[in-house]
Amino acid sequence: MAQESFTQVATNPPKRTGRGPSERWLSPLILTPSLIAIFIFVYGFIGMTIWVSFSNWRSPKRDLSIIEPLFRTYQRLFETTRFQIDIRNTIIFTILFLVGSVGIGLLLAIVLDQAIPGRGFIRNIFLFPYALSFVVTGVAWRWIFNPESGINKLVDILGINWLLDQFGWGPLRVDWLISPRVWGDIPMPEAVKAQIGIPIAMIPVIIAAVWQLSGFAMAMYLAGLGTISNDVREAAALDGATAWRTYRDIIIPLLKPITISTLIILGHISLKIFDLIFAMSGKGPGFATDVPGIFVYEQTFSATRYNLGAAASIVMLIMVSMVMIPYLIISLKDVER
Amino acid sequence: MSAQSFPASIRPSRNRRFTFRKVFVFLILLLAILFYLMPMYVLVISGLKEATNVSISAMWALPETATTGGFREAWSKLGPNMSQSFLLVIPATVISSVLGAINGYLFSKWRFRGSEILFALLLFGMFIPYQSILIPLIEFLDFIGLYGSLPGLITVHVIYGLPITSLIFRNYFANIPYEIVEAARIDGAGLVSIFRQIMLPLSLPAFVVVGIFQFTNIWNEFLFGLTIITNPRHQPITVALNNLSGSFSVSWNVVMAGAVLTALPTLVVYILLGRFFIRGMLAGSMKG
Repeated sequence: MAQESFTQVATNPPKRTGRGPSERWLSPLILTPSLIAIFIFVYGFIGMTIWVSFSNWRSPKRDLSIIEPLFRTYQRLFETTRFQIDIRNTIIFTILFLVGSVGIGLLLAIVLDQAIPGRGFIRNIFLFPYALSFVVTGVAWRWIFNPESGINKLVDILGINWLLDQFGWGPLRVDWLISPRVWGDIPMPEAVKAQIGIPIAMIPVIIAAVWQLSGFAMAMYLAGLGTISNDVREAAALDGATAWRTYRDIIIPLLKPITISTLIILGHISLKIFDLIFAMSGKGPGFATDVPGIFVYEQTFSATRYNLGAAASIVMLIMVSMVMIPYLIISLKDVER
Repeated sequence: MSAQSFPASIRPSRNRRFTFRKVFVFLILLLAILFYLMPMYVLVISGLKEATNVSISAMWALPETATTGGFREAWSKLGPNMSQSFLLVIPATVISSVLGAINGYLFSKWRFRGSEILFALLLFGMFIPYQSILIPLIEFLDFIGLYGSLPGLITVHVIYGLPITSLIFRNYFANIPYEIVEAARIDGAGLVSIFRQIMLPLSLPAFVVVGIFQFTNIWNEFLFGLTIITNPRHQPITVALNNLSGSFSVSWNVVMAGAVLTALPTLVVYILLGRFFIRGMLAGSMKG
């Protein structure tokens, strides 16, 4: 199955009985350089970033003295309207992107689960965007959602606006990436200065992300469908279940572990999304497409407010960890069994 | 639908040409294929248009006469960065694959007390948002004199590639029966010779999977290239493409052609070695 990445694997090796040299000590010794590198580059550097986030370093001049009070930078971060908007955008992006990718991925997997001529070839068409850089995706979709020539033009050509006109509705003309509008305004406590709704400019970005990564969800589901034995399907057919009910009541529930893995892997990608938005729309009008990844980049490299950038990056790390650490622990425990 | 109220095995409409289900499946496939191919269509036809033709109303139409001018200009702008990307990706992929093979072998066949926890700590490294290590990383690279240089970027990709390459190799080696190792040990083979004489010759498929995975990942990577290499001429192609698309003096047909050029190497790998690509994607399932 697909989530075998962690869970496949192997029974523990039996007690060593061979006559060859027992070189158990050699194993940790050879691993040491790799592990030291990881401890410095991952854990050491995270520790230093946490330090910076608690420091007074907010100009090009390096200043690692600790700020008073300790959480001042974090407090400022969460009070900043822009960062509140970023959190809103991340949540909206993550939810819609996950629903879109997993929904489309599942649908395509089920469709390709049928006997269709050329299904291997068609599957490859759905998967190829995964091989591309987010930057390529961003450049292409930015062009497609250009309000003057892109999707709006296609809507005209396909006669959708003509159709809307017949019903007396106005033409469908959306500014997409350059629109500062936020659709909806959920009431919030006074501390929340961001308007809570769906930014129009975020929709093209979500579509681009779904285009790129729904193939991954499909591949996960196809791998999962491959492990469901024909007996299950035949039994369901004998019981008189329709194809639709077989999928709804039997196969999709059986695929639940795949759904969870897919949601977690895609979810953690969307929590740290950066390249795609940077290439496609940047922070957007009124920060409509801004996300923490871009906030960190700008605070660190343009504004040189290192402590604020570091604090935002630690918030990103915490969000990703809340998703990934339980997943890692559960997956590795499965291996032990 | 009446076709749906019969069990699959006795459905009478089975032999008829058009059933509701077939039409439904066909429609979904058709829409999906159009959706997935549309951006590539736009990139390629826009790249083949003349600069004066590209930005106006005829975006979706085929070019009246295809010209290679856009591609030539994109090549003259991105060519040097493409060589930089190859100079980055090839050594980084080779080194991280070899290190991953060694680590994966040890973590699967030579476990020791605490090795599982160390492996989990190693794995966590591939999920972190790289923004959270960027400031110390740049200071460190600056300190050791590698900031702004290709060797610095290679080092970074090798180190942050260790978790995924070790994971894929560990899972691969775990499927090789332990009895093989045991038999070799009875013949007097040690840790190193078992790796060299037994494991390595068996691990070609894993090297292909890891190699493709790392090639694609590093080629497509953006944040490190953007922040570690400061000289625009030496930046990887993804960064150069982004600069190209952000500059107002470049017309869109050139940007679109540039996007095609940037996508080409990983697309070729995908088309030629798709099966291994999918295996790597499912095993690692990481991007960004």
